[in-house]
Amino acid sequence: MVSAQLHLGVAIDGAGYHPAAWRVSAVEPAALFTSGHYLTYAKLAEAASLDFVTLDDSLALQPGGADVVRGRLDALLTLSAIAPVTSRIGLIPTVTTTHTEPFHVSTSVATLDYTSRGRAGVLAVPSLTDAEAAHFGRRAAPADADAQAENADVVDVIARLWDSWEDGAIIRDESTGRFIDREKLHYVDFEGRFFSVKGPSITPRPPQGHPVTAVYGDSPHAVGADLVLARVNDLDGVREAVSRFPGAKVLATITIVLAETEQAARDRQRTLDELHPSRPDGLHFVGTPARLAANLQEWADRTGAAGFHIRPAVLPDDLDLFAGEVVPALRVAGAFRQAYSGKTLRDHLGLGRAVNQYAGV
Amino acid sequence: MAKQIKLAAHFPGVNNTTVWSDPRSGSQIDFASFEHMARTAERGKFDFMFLAEGLRLREHAGKILDSDVVGRPNTTAVLAALSAVTTHLGLAGTLSSTFNEPYEVARQVASIDHLSGGRAAWNVVTSPDAWTGKNFRRGGFLKREDRYARAEEFLATVRELWDSWPPEALLGDKENGVFAKDVGGFVHSGPQFDIHGEFTLPRTPQGQPIVIQAGDSDPGREFAAKAADVIFSRHGSLADGQAFFHDVKRRLVTYGRSYGDLLIMPAATFVLGDTDAEAAERAREIRLQQVRPATAIQFIEQVWSRDLSEYDADGPLPELDPDPDAEPLTWGRVRHEQDQLALAAKWRSIAEERKLSIRELVIEVTARQQFVGTPRRVAETINEYVQSDAADGFVLVPHLTPVGLDEFVDKVVPELQELGVFRTDYAGPTLREHLFRES
Repeated sequence: MVSAQLHLGVAIDGAGYHPAAWRVSAVEPAALFTSGHYLTYAKLAEAASLDFVTLDDSLALQPGGADVVRGRLDALLTLSAIAPVTSRIGLIPTVTTTHTEPFHVSTSVATLDYTSRGRAGVLAVPSLTDAEAAHFGRRAAPADADAQAENADVVDVIARLWDSWEDGAIIRDESTGRFIDREKLHYVDFEGRFFSVKGPSITPRPPQGHPVTAVYGDSPHAVGADLVLARVNDLDGVREAVSRFPGAKVLATITIVLAETEQAARDRQRTLDELHPSRPDGLHFVGTPARLAANLQEWADRTGAAGFHIRPAVLPDDLDLFAGEVVPALRVAGAFRQAYSGKTLRDHLGLGRAVNQYAGV
Repeated sequence: MAKQIKLAAHFPGVNNTTVWSDPRSGSQIDFASFEHMARTAERGKFDFMFLAEGLRLREHAGKILDSDVVGRPNTTAVLAALSAVTTHLGLAGTLSSTFNEPYEVARQVASIDHLSGGRAAWNVVTSPDAWTGKNFRRGGFLKREDRYARAEEFLATVRELWDSWPPEALLGDKENGVFAKDVGGFVHSGPQFDIHGEFTLPRTPQGQPIVIQAGDSDPGREFAAKAADVIFSRHGSLADGQAFFHDVKRRLVTYGRSYGDLLIMPAATFVLGDTDAEAAERAREIRLQQVRPATAIQFIEQVWSRDLSEYDADGPLPELDPDPDAEPLTWGRVRHEQDQLALAAKWRSIAEERKLSIRELVIEVTARQQFVGTPRRVAETINEYVQSDAADGFVLVPHLTPVGLDEFVDKVVPELQELGVFRTDYAGPTLREHLFRES
């Protein structure tokens, strides 16, 4: 049986997803604050024709003591800095929605779509902690349900702002002296429980129309998102997320610890856990690349997931093995693309051209 | 030794200085345009490139203004992308202190400084009107008279955040498992901001990224003298420039700063030719492209606050006076003068004395600092302004996107280098070094 084609994204945060990764990785700690570090992994992912990379973000310092990575660059700006020097890989930064301006979120993601020539996405995440609220001093940390509802409103309004310029609004018509056809620009006049935005955007509609919008599967309001990242610990949870978000591509998050033998992989895991015990959310795999390739196909078949969001436990080690061995095995099985067939992130994910909600209004 | 000139390139904006009807005019949105101008500026060893910020599309008479260039990308996202295609050029952008908060601005500018290896600059502005606020959560919360109070405290808070990680905080000790210590704690309690916590970024390559202030008002000058590294101004004549220069520089001592700590960089356009006469003719043609008949009418409507669309741009000014009580007809344009009646009277006397039509008058009164002539002439004039303390350098505003800077870099920069007043190569990797180490 030929499996469905999987979609694969990879997290390129820090020195890897395990809290002790930075201690065993060859990566220099100071390199985490340079663009070259992220470019290296994005290019590795691109060479394996993966769908996208993600970069996490928060408006607070990572929790934990002195023995974990603390501090990070703004994720959207970091992916902006590698956009012009990559060519196919999708770029999905986490962007927070509680203390930020929806207008700026919309224009910055649209701009990432311009600088990457159609490869931008956004993982919209609310800020739930008191620490983040104290950094802004404008409002108390919102109740969880309110923050999630507001996050959904932001996903809605950023797409309205992208659509507020129809394609072809810039006409440069010298005979009438008009740079734009103002009939193709639209006020969005959004008024919700949490904020209002007049519009139109300051930025014309981005190359993809809508950059790919993503939310986590634990969000109660994923309606309208193109992509859902399900951080659940078992296959039943993945199956449940797939049924809850019928309109979206659901990718299951999985942390991977790879080695050439099962025993060597278990040893790597144990070494990491001895340095810093960790039990991350999402699926967890410790083993050989060949078994991971078989498991990914089987789990996708059994749950209906469209693919996986891979978190290498250690960079570059686990990404090297994933790109070098898991991806070729998936290709042999007919479960993953041989090469990119399209140019945009929407192309990679099989999402059609986004319809403009204002066109023809 | 002669003063060394500082040069910046202003990416053409969404006003009528930018001529979009020229066949060489390219996209103001596509990254290729930004990349072209940045690479050109870096080839010319410029100190930095500067991008303005858009918060709301301009409107005139209740409709989105369609006669000038409209639309631009997000400033910080473009600057970060430019860090990938340049190695030395400073990357400066405007971020409003009204519709942003200190924590996020500090994070964004510090991120760009890290990503670019020490080339970030932030132009602090205020945008106090409720009309712009309709695109933002807080709406029109800021009173005009409070804008400098907010901007000053905003900047002070951002600087505290930039200083919050000690230089040696990032240990990266794998053996003993200490990634960082004493990270990022801050407390700021003031009338505008009451915030505390931890900052997410280690100290940046520049330590403190470069801060720019734009604005001619007395509080603006004081603010710049107290806290900025560079001030953007718009003073046309040599004498006006010198007066501004001395007024701002004398204020520095109050804050324990010295003469060279604040650089004065007026905005200027330029037009080159093989002869001075040819350049003058080209300058005249460009002014006609910039001020089309409809642009001229819109411009006086902005001051009159009346519908003047029935007037002929090639005819005289309207006889009726501005309506000072009417709502402004134009939104989103910078207004430099508040008293409409006095301004109209001044324009009327200029027009009558020199027999100018509406269009000719607008061409006259909207002219800004312009260098027109052969490359040698332009280089010598710029140098004269700098050596006689009317400026420390200039922010050049090309009229074409994205090729408008090419001719300056190819022809004027070599002349400035030959005069011994402009670098032939960068002395260091950071913007702070370009601006302050060579002087």
